Amino acid sequence: MMVPILKQGHVLIATIMAALSDEDMRQFREALLDRVVSSRATAVIIDVMAMDVLDSFATRTLREIAYMTRLRGARTVLVGVQPEVAMTMVQLGLHLEGVATALDLEEGLAYLDRLNRRR
Amino acid sequence: MQQTGRQTLPIDGAIELRRELVAHLRENRTALREEWVRRITEAQLLRAMTNQEVFNEATSVYDNYVEALETDTLETLQAYARSLSERIIPRGVETDEVVGIVLLLRDVLARSLFGKYQNNPNKLNRVLDAYEPAANRIANTVAVGFVQERERVISQQQEAIRELSTPVLQVRERLLILPIIGIMDPHRARQLTEQLLRGIRTNRARVVVIDITGVAAMDAAVANHLVQTVEASRLLGADVIVTGLSPEIAQTLVNIGVDLGKMKTMGDLQGGIEVAEQSLGYKVVPTNQSEAVV
Repeated sequence: MMVPILKQGHVLIATIMAALSDEDMRQFREALLDRVVSSRATAVIIDVMAMDVLDSFATRTLREIAYMTRLRGARTVLVGVQPEVAMTMVQLGLHLEGVATALDLEEGLAYLDRLNRRR
Repeated sequence: MQQTGRQTLPIDGAIELRRELVAHLRENRTALREEWVRRITEAQLLRAMTNQEVFNEATSVYDNYVEALETDTLETLQAYARSLSERIIPRGVETDEVVGIVLLLRDVLARSLFGKYQNNPNKLNRVLDAYEPAANRIANTVAVGFVQERERVISQQQEAIRELSTPVLQVRERLLILPIIGIMDPHRARQLTEQLLRGIRTNRARVVVIDITGVAAMDAAVANHLVQTVEASRLLGADVIVTGLSPEIAQTLVNIGVDLGKMKTMGDLQGGIEVAEQSLGYKVVPTNQSEAVV
């Protein structure tokens, strides 16, 4: 399943519409990193609103994406984590250290805005 | 139980006897009922109720009791016991009182049977054989009904207390405070986290101040719950500031080696709110001072 990656100014917005298999997740990571390079984006927002589960592989992949994009000079913001998903993740001990988070897409954009202004 | 009660008797005899028994109880309704109320007052039961109320309830219980004996079904009595319990529990009637009055009724009726068949021991035995199992079952039903109702009330109240004890309050736009008071157990910690996450989403909060001044003690399990709450909130994009760690709790946490490095902490609620306001871009200025500046 393809994950659409939209470009909005210097921000890439990827919305995961449904649960992804591990293989899909890997492809998504490749596609996103390619886009970061080709579009010279400075930030990436990943919206996981539609995901009911974030398992250990998905969590790790998201963390890797954040680290890799940072190496390319772009920030990653994870938005739309559902309360139930958050509860399950902390209970399973899954962490997203080093990944910025925001409530939803709007908040994510506002967060990036604040960062830019501070610079 | 119903089955064994019947099996000990010849079928036709049992029905016959029971009918006779019910007729006797109907005949002496007034006298037996009054005797029962007198015994209740004497034993100082149901003192939370007036005499008139006791008499009215006694009448209903008596009639339901006789009906249950006659029809050998407990549904009506169960329903009545439940509604009776609903009425008398808020008035502070205790379990021993309810059990007491039912046993008293059983005793009063048995005595009247003794009186009636005193010259015919054989018949008395058979009547008692028919009476005892049914009477026991009825007493059981009423007592169990009462206890169940009480448990229902208690669990309802516990739930209400839990809900009340974890209010998620908005102090400014995007800023929530969550004062925790009392004991944190795993169940409460879970509920608290759920409520907080819901609050973060509905209020679109970006900063949460959790104040634990009112938490008396903390152990490793509770500390870990707190860490989980903080992490879960962060996944929703809200920063958490924990305030009000008492010196004792701070010492305990250091001793048991809980990693609170992931948490932002401040000494008291005021400090926490100030830091939160700062990070949200608020600035609180005394009015006279700002006028002077303008």
